[in-house]
Amino acid sequence: MKNEKETSLDPISEEKFTSEVLIEIKNLKKSFGRLEVLKDISLKLHNGENLVVLGKSGSGKSVLIKCIVRLLNPDSGTINLLGKKINIVKGKELSEIRKKIGFLFQSGALYDSMTVKQNLEFPLVRIKRDMKEEEINNKIKEVLENVGLADVLEKMPSELSGGMRKRISLARSIILDPVIMLYDEPTTGLDPVTSDEISELINTVQKKYKTSSIIITHDIACVRITADRIIMMHEGYIYAEGTLDEFEASDDPLIMSFFK
Amino acid sequence: MKKLKIINLKKAQSLATARSIKLSEDTLDQKERANTFLTEVGDLALFIKQIIKETFSRNFEFKEFLRQCYEIGNKSLPLIVITGTIMGLVLTIQSRPAMAKFGAVTMLPGMVAVSLIREIGPIITALICAGKIGSGMGAELGSMKVTEQIDAMEVSATNPIRYLVVTRVLAATLMLPILVLFADAFGFLGSWIGVNIKGDVSLVLYIFQAFGSITFLDFFPALIKTFLFGAVIGIVGCYKGFTAGRGTESVGKAANAAVVLSSLLIIIVDMIAVQITDMWL
Repeated sequence: MKNEKETSLDPISEEKFTSEVLIEIKNLKKSFGRLEVLKDISLKLHNGENLVVLGKSGSGKSVLIKCIVRLLNPDSGTINLLGKKINIVKGKELSEIRKKIGFLFQSGALYDSMTVKQNLEFPLVRIKRDMKEEEINNKIKEVLENVGLADVLEKMPSELSGGMRKRISLARSIILDPVIMLYDEPTTGLDPVTSDEISELINTVQKKYKTSSIIITHDIACVRITADRIIMMHEGYIYAEGTLDEFEASDDPLIMSFFK
Repeated sequence: MKKLKIINLKKAQSLATARSIKLSEDTLDQKERANTFLTEVGDLALFIKQIIKETFSRNFEFKEFLRQCYEIGNKSLPLIVITGTIMGLVLTIQSRPAMAKFGAVTMLPGMVAVSLIREIGPIITALICAGKIGSGMGAELGSMKVTEQIDAMEVSATNPIRYLVVTRVLAATLMLPILVLFADAFGFLGSWIGVNIKGDVSLVLYIFQAFGSITFLDFFPALIKTFLFGAVIGIVGCYKGFTAGRGTESVGKAANAAVVLSSLLIIIVDMIAVQITDMWL
């Protein structure tokens, strides 16, 4: 069934983006104790595309994205990220790769003991140590404008709404000009209007910063706005792969349960 | 009869299988429990190794270190001052009748000074700090873990051990001896008040009598062990916070475990320090 689905939905309309592969995952497996979360995952992210990974809660989506940045170590399989095998690199080499990746966490993960400005300058002052204060301030202003926020610099994260927190978190993720953006459920916990705004913002970031993205979600509105290609995960496997149109036309009960 | 035998045999077989399953499950549980303990010891050792490595690495987070010194030192000071004063006062009032029996009331300042400097000042301060600082570190870092802030730091290529742990451990290690000095000083003050409840001794005379009884060998080993107490509080508090689980419940557990383990380790370190002092000095 899984293999049938994978072959029945024709993958990737290649014209929208280049064939250069930025992330290539082969036969990825990850277990927690006796619980197998990722059973056999293989996928590719092409340059310039928005790849949506769709699936029910507990299907292993967040584990997958955390394996990609080595927040979790996979049990087996390979993850080739920007030409490096991320599951074997260490120390400085790992840091160098991580500098090229932006990660938007489900909770936003803003440092709650710091102001918005301190949150935004945190990665800059530690990674781009030669930057002058004026350049840092300009960069902060630029990213805040890009996410549609201003005049919040001195506020604490606890003073911001859910949508604003997501925007600031996104601003912090793009402040180092990443090549790849990873979004972990970017619209979870937001109202439909704000969710759509964040989804539009993902597209805006993709165009302005020329990023390639993996978007983990189960929000179909977000999928419709952002997806160039969709991968559906189910019980630790890739269940189906294709474009939005192909998914919407599918008569498979599991796929229909998401797209009805 | 034959059939019954077979049933009995089957029953015996199933019982034996059940027992063997139970035994293997018990063995597995014991093995897992042992593994958990050994794993934790191993993890803690690796954690300490990482702290040592990052302490001597480039790009030390000096600003954050100073902030932690302020948080740990300055904000704990009122509590330590009050506790120290009361400690000295109570020790004097409680010891006075016993000293009076031997006609040794004049030795009260010296006895209290030696007790405070050698043992009571360091251990009480360390246990209070384990409660205040250790639980704070466990809860703060545990909360950062639960809300993915530590992951966010790691993903943005900033070493969370260097930024969060090294600064806290060093600040606790350096601030605890200073807090102990304050506790001792205010303990003397409390003791002087205690002496004056039933007597009349000037502060200058009291201090002269107290310091006359203290030698360098009373002071130095006590000072060294306070550095160790500080390091224990910092390391255990950060370790418990860093290894907190994913739910909000684990934040409370991390804070609690930080206090319990650091208090226990402080007492063990104290016992070892006293033995070493007794053997060599």
